[in-house]
Amino acid sequence: MNLIKHVEQPQLKSLEEMVKSRDNDLNFYPGDTVKVNVRVVEGDKERIQPFEGVIMRRRSNGTGSTFTVRRMSFGVGIERTFPLHSPRVESVEVVRRGAVRRAKLYYLRQRSGKRARIKEKTIQRAKS
Amino acid sequence: MSIGLIGTKIGMTRVFDETGISVGVTVIQAGPCPVAQVKTPERDSYSAVQLGYGSRKRPNRPTRGHFEKSGAEPTRALREFRIDDPSEYAVGDLIRVEDLFASGEYVDVSGVSKGRGFAGVVKRWGFAGQKASHGAEKNHRRPGSIGCSATPSRVVKGRKMPGRMGGERKTVQNLKVIQTDAENNLIVVKGAAPGPNGGFVIVRKAAKRSS
Repeated sequence: MNLIKHVEQPQLKSLEEMVKSRDNDLNFYPGDTVKVNVRVVEGDKERIQPFEGVIMRRRSNGTGSTFTVRRMSFGVGIERTFPLHSPRVESVEVVRRGAVRRAKLYYLRQRSGKRARIKEKTIQRAKS
Repeated sequence: MSIGLIGTKIGMTRVFDETGISVGVTVIQAGPCPVAQVKTPERDSYSAVQLGYGSRKRPNRPTRGHFEKSGAEPTRALREFRIDDPSEYAVGDLIRVEDLFASGEYVDVSGVSKGRGFAGVVKRWGFAGQKASHGAEKNHRRPGSIGCSATPSRVVKGRKMPGRMGGERKTVQNLKVIQTDAENNLIVVKGAAPGPNGGFVIVRKAAKRSS
């Protein structure tokens, strides 16, 4: 297992460098509204395309770690899963902290409009 | 045939390549392999090098005698590699990952596949099985008919039937080397390698590629 970590280690990105947020917590959690800046390659040109939505789940598995962002687009729910450590994911900006009581927010799929709202978290997360 | 390395399959993970695409890879720890014996046409009527791998705490007396000749530490595994010119290698040489492989090249990986025990035709030969419902009775994964009736009154040879599966030597060809790590004797290849994690594998230059 240790040698596998050895291969994965140089590929892992540090959240400090990747996540931008206004509070002093450089991480993001399910329920947060984030803006993911994705590198898009078109032919030989590269540009950055933002994707904004609510973090629905996070999965931790070394270089295979992913997170899923859900947003409503023209009344249709769009979910996009990003590999957390992919070089194509340029940065993640935390727009709003959400207060939720689940780790996986699959219940959002059944809800829409006012019922799909997430309360904003007001208390700052204590940093040790 | 050319020389290769003996190693251990560490396990699988995934890495991102330079274009940002995630590739599934197998991590193999290979070598350093001491040359335990060099076989020459004059003495052995064929040419090969015998490589060792791993460490062995309590070798038995015949093994100890064999390694005393080469001066190397007794190893757990010994494998021969057929080569054209045995004079390139001397007994006691250490062969390492960086001597043989570089990223971007292609390799063949051999090992003993995981034993599946007595397996049915669906697992062993990929038969489609039969219906789950629509009146099917106790026949969901059975092979069905195995041949004709009175003519020829027997089952043709080579008929695919249930039986022991796995636990045999398999070679996966043309795996791309994604990266190598000389410090930790690691080779990272794209794709899967035979056998369980921790099992012995043999890594050689790809036979069907001239790189």
